Amino acid sequence: MFPIVEARPLARDVKLFRIHAPRVAKKRQAGQFVILRIAEHGERIPLTIADSDDEGNITIIVQGVGKTTKWLNTLETGDSILDVVGPLGEESEIDTFGTVVIIGGGVGTAIAYPTAVAMKKAGNHVISIVGSRNRELLILEDEMRATSDELCIMTDDGSHGEKGFVTEKLQQVIDRGAPIARVLAIGPVPMMRAVAERTRPHAIKTIVSLNPIMVDGTGMCGGCRVLVGGKSRFACVDGPEFDAHQVDFEVLIQRNRLYKQQETESLARFEKEQCEAAKQKSSCRLEQST
Amino acid sequence: MKIPRQAMPEQEAAVRARNFGEVNLGLEVVAAETEAQRCLSCADPKCVGGCPVGVKIKDFVELVLAGDYLKAAAKIREDNVLPAVTGRVCPQENQCEGACIMGKRFSSLAIGNLERFVADYERQSGQIGLPERAPSTGKKVAIVGSGPAGLSCAGDLALQGHQVTVFEALHEIGGVLLYGIPEFRLPKDIVRGEIENMKKMGIDFQTNVVVGKSMTIDELFDEEAFDAVFIATGAGLPQFLDIPGEHFGGVYSANEFLTRVNLMKAYDSEHYDQPVYDCRDRNVAVVGGGNTAMDSVRSAMRLGAKNAYIIYRRSEEEMPARKEEVHHAKDEGVEFMNLHNPIEFIGDERGVLTGVKLIKMELGEPDDSGRRRPKPIEGSEFEMPLDVAIIAVGTGANPLVQSTTPDMATNKWGYIVADEKSLRTNKRGVFAGGDIVSGAATVILAMGAGRTAARSINDFLRTGEW
Repeated sequence: MFPIVEARPLARDVKLFRIHAPRVAKKRQAGQFVILRIAEHGERIPLTIADSDDEGNITIIVQGVGKTTKWLNTLETGDSILDVVGPLGEESEIDTFGTVVIIGGGVGTAIAYPTAVAMKKAGNHVISIVGSRNRELLILEDEMRATSDELCIMTDDGSHGEKGFVTEKLQQVIDRGAPIARVLAIGPVPMMRAVAERTRPHAIKTIVSLNPIMVDGTGMCGGCRVLVGGKSRFACVDGPEFDAHQVDFEVLIQRNRLYKQQETESLARFEKEQCEAAKQKSSCRLEQST
Repeated sequence: MKIPRQAMPEQEAAVRARNFGEVNLGLEVVAAETEAQRCLSCADPKCVGGCPVGVKIKDFVELVLAGDYLKAAAKIREDNVLPAVTGRVCPQENQCEGACIMGKRFSSLAIGNLERFVADYERQSGQIGLPERAPSTGKKVAIVGSGPAGLSCAGDLALQGHQVTVFEALHEIGGVLLYGIPEFRLPKDIVRGEIENMKKMGIDFQTNVVVGKSMTIDELFDEEAFDAVFIATGAGLPQFLDIPGEHFGGVYSANEFLTRVNLMKAYDSEHYDQPVYDCRDRNVAVVGGGNTAMDSVRSAMRLGAKNAYIIYRRSEEEMPARKEEVHHAKDEGVEFMNLHNPIEFIGDERGVLTGVKLIKMELGEPDDSGRRRPKPIEGSEFEMPLDVAIIAVGTGANPLVQSTTPDMATNKWGYIVADEKSLRTNKRGVFAGGDIVSGAATVILAMGAGRTAARSINDFLRTGEW
């Protein structure tokens, strides 16, 4: 069992967890991930490690989307997670490149953050562009500011920072004409694809962190295969980071959609159970009060 | 020979094809006694030589004859930590039973069925005859991987008095016994029972540790003070066909399909969250002719497939799967498309599999493996509708341990190089065996490697000589 030493909401449906996993904390590098399973009947899901500390804790940031992530987000400090395994995947390629643009979309910022820290530490000029739908959904603003030479915040509705998409800001940065050594983009697949299309004409090396469906995370099942440069690669052992200009995003989107029906059913069941549990709790309270 | 070989009772084919309950039901006491009477008690029992772990078959069969099933089980345990497992999944026909002298004129003694009988009897009695451990040597051995090679090595080393820790990357101990072999052939509770017995022998099991990632081999020595390491990671990396359309939704590696179904229990979607593609009323084809292919196709049948096919590029004669499994599959309604090979998968605009293009094959001259080489028949291509394809054409070496242990020798396919007799690698204190050395093989061969490694590790720990 892996105890949760801290659980704290960051934004709507987004929660930060610090989990005691000393073996993982000791080894993890920027870009790597863990696979966790909440309880016996749960599925195995990959989540990127946002941070770690010397006390043997790792930080993960979770957006509640499907059953498992929503279930995870019901957990609190003092609860435990059944299985946490890692660190998995290859670490981000960190070097002194020059000017590096780091783009985080939504909860993808949590994945971009450790790489931004490592890039800054390696002596790069770090320009970060962080985007979300609105102010409420923005995460890690202070942390990203602390590690970036320049931070641009973009919201779809203009409720914070500038109104617009991260790609528009990226275009502005490109248009300034100063050389950009590399771009790292992490967020929803359509965003990563849009970033790739912006940098492609300028031949700016662009890296994306892919999030395919995964089971074991050690290269055993091959379920996380992605099409990169026309070849099948396993995101768990060859990735999760790949050259954005080589990635077939369409295949990634299609493969990520495979279990949509099962996921919808599973989520509906879960929400019904939650609802019933909540009802039972409140009726208990009523009984106590009478 | 008046007594015929006692048949293994099994679930009726039409019924079992739709449930995950065990196919073989096990011998009743009377049948087991009758079967044991068929043993000729040879002075020089060939069966023992046919067993990769050297189970004292003649001795245990004599104990069955004497009606002392518990002692019979304990006798097997002296050489084999997983009797209930091997009694179920060993290819006995090629090993102990293949060597049985009676097989020459009649039918060989049903050694596997008897082994299973005494192991099940012992488990149901709750009196497990665990062998006695030698006094502690104070030496620590790390075993990487908890499949059959790792477990058998752990068992032998524990008996010799060493302190053994087994590291497993998945969340449960058992390796391929759990994720690869389906419930209907090897119930998971049987594996769990054997693991519990090993825990009682004092073996420490640690799940969720990926050696090569969570820590390196060097760190096992330097930071965790192990005196020797046995690498038994298996051959995990799935191979694909490398044909167009392999990325379509519905195309699985056998490893992924079986892991979802066996380890994560996707067949019980009411209660378990890991999804698997809905096979109900679908056309499912498995490409390959080994035991993994049979396990996959029979699992698909049980998940409700309308049609379940085996697509195999040679003829049934060359099929590497156990005959028993092929028969079971046929009885359950699996259709065999031998001498066929897929050349392209076809999908719809959503990227989901809808069909496969096949080409017919014929057999030519024998190749390096001695099997006749399949050749495509030009112009014989045709398409058939397909919703799920499962690729079971073998696996390669998983690179995780090797890539973080650069001073350990590997061959050009990425398998670890180990001395055949001692299973020593070129790195002091590091041994390797099972599929990660030999390439994909069987449970019992991996267990044999585990035993060999244990003997060799024991020598190293006692003499300190490398």
